[in-house]
Amino acid sequence: MTSALGWVLAVNPVPWARSQMAFTLAFHIVLVPLGVAWGFMTLVANYRAIKKNDADALVLAQRWSKYMAVTFAVGAVTGTVLSFEFGLLWPRFMGRFGDAFGIPFAVEGLFFFLEAIFIAVYIYGWKRLKPWPHFWTGVPVVIAGIGGTVSVVAANAWMNEPSGFTLNSAGKVVDVDPWGVIFNKAMPLQTIHMLIAAYLVGGFLIASVYAFAMLRGRRDRYHRIGFLIPFTVAAIAVPFQMLVGDELARWVYNNEPTKFAAIEMVPKTSSDVPETLFGHLDDKGEVVGGIEIPGLASILSDPSQGTGTVIQGLDAFPKNARPTNAEVDVVHLGWDVMVGLGTLLFLLSLWYFAAWVFKRRMPKSKLFLLIATVAGVLSVITLEAGWVVTEVGRQPWIVRNYMRVEQAATANTGVWVTFFAVLFIYLGLGVTVILVLRLMSRRWREGEGDVDAGGPYGPRPTPPPTDSTAPKELVT
Amino acid sequence: MSDVVAVILMVGITAYALFGGADFGAGFWDLTAGGTERGRAPRAVITHSIGPVWEANHVWLIFCLVVLWTAFSEAFASITLTLFVPLSIAALGIVFRGSAFAFRKEVTRTSSQRNFGVAFAASSVIVPYCMGAVAGAIASGRVPAGGKAGDPWSSWINATSILGGVLAVTVCAYLAAVYMVWDARRIGRPGMVEYFRRRAVGAAIVAGVVALAGIVVLHADSIYVFHGLMSRALPLVIVSALCGLGSLALLMRSKQSGARLLAMGAVATVVLGWGVAQYPYILPTSMKLSAAASPDPTLWSVVIVFVVAAVVILPSLGLLYYLDQRDLLGSPVVEPGIVDDDG
Repeated sequence: MTSALGWVLAVNPVPWARSQMAFTLAFHIVLVPLGVAWGFMTLVANYRAIKKNDADALVLAQRWSKYMAVTFAVGAVTGTVLSFEFGLLWPRFMGRFGDAFGIPFAVEGLFFFLEAIFIAVYIYGWKRLKPWPHFWTGVPVVIAGIGGTVSVVAANAWMNEPSGFTLNSAGKVVDVDPWGVIFNKAMPLQTIHMLIAAYLVGGFLIASVYAFAMLRGRRDRYHRIGFLIPFTVAAIAVPFQMLVGDELARWVYNNEPTKFAAIEMVPKTSSDVPETLFGHLDDKGEVVGGIEIPGLASILSDPSQGTGTVIQGLDAFPKNARPTNAEVDVVHLGWDVMVGLGTLLFLLSLWYFAAWVFKRRMPKSKLFLLIATVAGVLSVITLEAGWVVTEVGRQPWIVRNYMRVEQAATANTGVWVTFFAVLFIYLGLGVTVILVLRLMSRRWREGEGDVDAGGPYGPRPTPPPTDSTAPKELVT
Repeated sequence: MSDVVAVILMVGITAYALFGGADFGAGFWDLTAGGTERGRAPRAVITHSIGPVWEANHVWLIFCLVVLWTAFSEAFASITLTLFVPLSIAALGIVFRGSAFAFRKEVTRTSSQRNFGVAFAASSVIVPYCMGAVAGAIASGRVPAGGKAGDPWSSWINATSILGGVLAVTVCAYLAAVYMVWDARRIGRPGMVEYFRRRAVGAAIVAGVVALAGIVVLHADSIYVFHGLMSRALPLVIVSALCGLGSLALLMRSKQSGARLLAMGAVATVVLGWGVAQYPYILPTSMKLSAAASPDPTLWSVVIVFVVAAVVILPSLGLLYYLDQRDLLGSPVVEPGIVDDDG
């Protein structure tokens, strides 16, 4: 029986381990913006509710905090799975580099603790805590979200730009410089890029729900505030993100030349490299298809040298030290998608700000709301695409220039089983999260209790949000 | 230096057992609370009791994992390499437990509540079993050091692992029942005080019997840890037994607050006893703590993080528990279906 089992399970674990890690990360990363940015937006609504006696904002803040309870729980447990996976899928990576790679996670642990504690106090505190103390219990949640993001992304940046450790001749880490690990050279730009992404995606995602509601005719004040707060945060984030992204791309050009060659899909080292939109590499490694904009990749890489900027091509690196052609296609497509959708979101933000400048109100046309509705999903795709660029672009390394992915993987041949288990469980989980959130929203819309009615500063009874004439003076 | 970090790790494991363990135990009682009608009242107490605190308690697990992989990376790699199966089950069980609990509070239809409830409760039993089995695998020396995997199955399906798993489930149930006696009284549910008091007494007796049987099992299967328990760790074993008996006596006389403290003492000393018994090994008897330890600057980082945690996190946790115990944290949602009364 053991041998039969052994035969069934004897499958190369590496591709399955990669797939499982990629899938669980891709899932978790959608919850990250909600965990990191939603707290901030809830506090904005909460602040407004107290300061301006705004009943709509109060209901909004309370409901958001209850949605957050659900998304935070799912984020916490899917994040836990990632912690297990570091060991289960990549034991040889952790065994060899855990003493360096682990340090940012030790810091992250602190922030996660803080976040879990105060999010509970905040979510459960509406009823019995006084308004201002209650508001302040939400602040550590926002700070912990930022600190946690920075710590985790610092660890990821370390994989791209490993530093802060000394190896002996056998390749074992014998000395560690914790500051060097945390503040590796890729860390500053990468953490800022992800942090802004969290606010950007969180903002567009939450706003998209209210944009959709407004499209369906629920254009009351409650829905407008629900749209304005997150959308404004996102729209402010977009231009900053473009600046940081541009800076980061140039950093990659200078420091991670293989990733950059994949991003721009440059087979051969040269100057005057065109910016290729879409396209792919053929068997011989030549670019096929796509639209070429002459010289643009060179100009963007170093504007001071213009088209004279030399970009190292894939041929400058040994085949076993750079992404495969198929991986290059993925990285390049991911890049195009990220930049393309990012630009679209930028135009949408411009539209929004232009309306405020010229008309002193948000755009009300159906087209704007339609795009804003889609922008939620688009921003998630942008985020995923950017993450693909950074991860696939590092291949074949798990720790760049020190350890290959296959050297890091577990020898357990049953990983394909856990992959499918995880796949089905997570698909079910994803669908259930959406259904539960929709159920909550529908229940509230039908006026079945917001629960904390009767609390010291809860609305009593809850004004139905669909009624734009809801009395404003409910807050005491 | 590695000993200092080992103490930090043990503090984390103990805290996870005392707080996270009780949340799992609550799931055990949820599972055994009976049908929709009969189980309504105890389930209301359970939801009320763990609702605000389970996520914070859960972070102790992350804390332990992080300390283990940062400070004792090679031991972490060996453990995850050998114990792939129970750890994978535990990880997915944690997903079911946390998300199903969060969902159950938000859905209104009884059938949905029941489905999420079953997922929450069943996984609350499976996860501590797997964790206990993992501890048993380590204690019995079935996790070899040096980057080679032990047997994927017999490493965690053996006498010591089964003991570890069963002990973990019963101890979690015991702690949870003792805590909920307190919580039920706090929220004014006299019927439920008696309900959980009877269960706490039962669980205390079962946990005691399992622990006694465990001595025989360890003698036969995990001789190094057995000798450790009978020598270095003997004071802890005795304290644990006394605390357990004391809490049982107080429970029988309905003295909840003392019983709660003694129950925590009984469980904490069991966990610490395990650690002391396998000292100086992290993987008995193939890898010593000192051999698995990371370079000193890394260990120092862990110590510093722990000190910051003691200064920042412990007061915050204290605040959370204080507000919770003073009943200042209301339920965030109405729980239709799970009515807050016990008839």
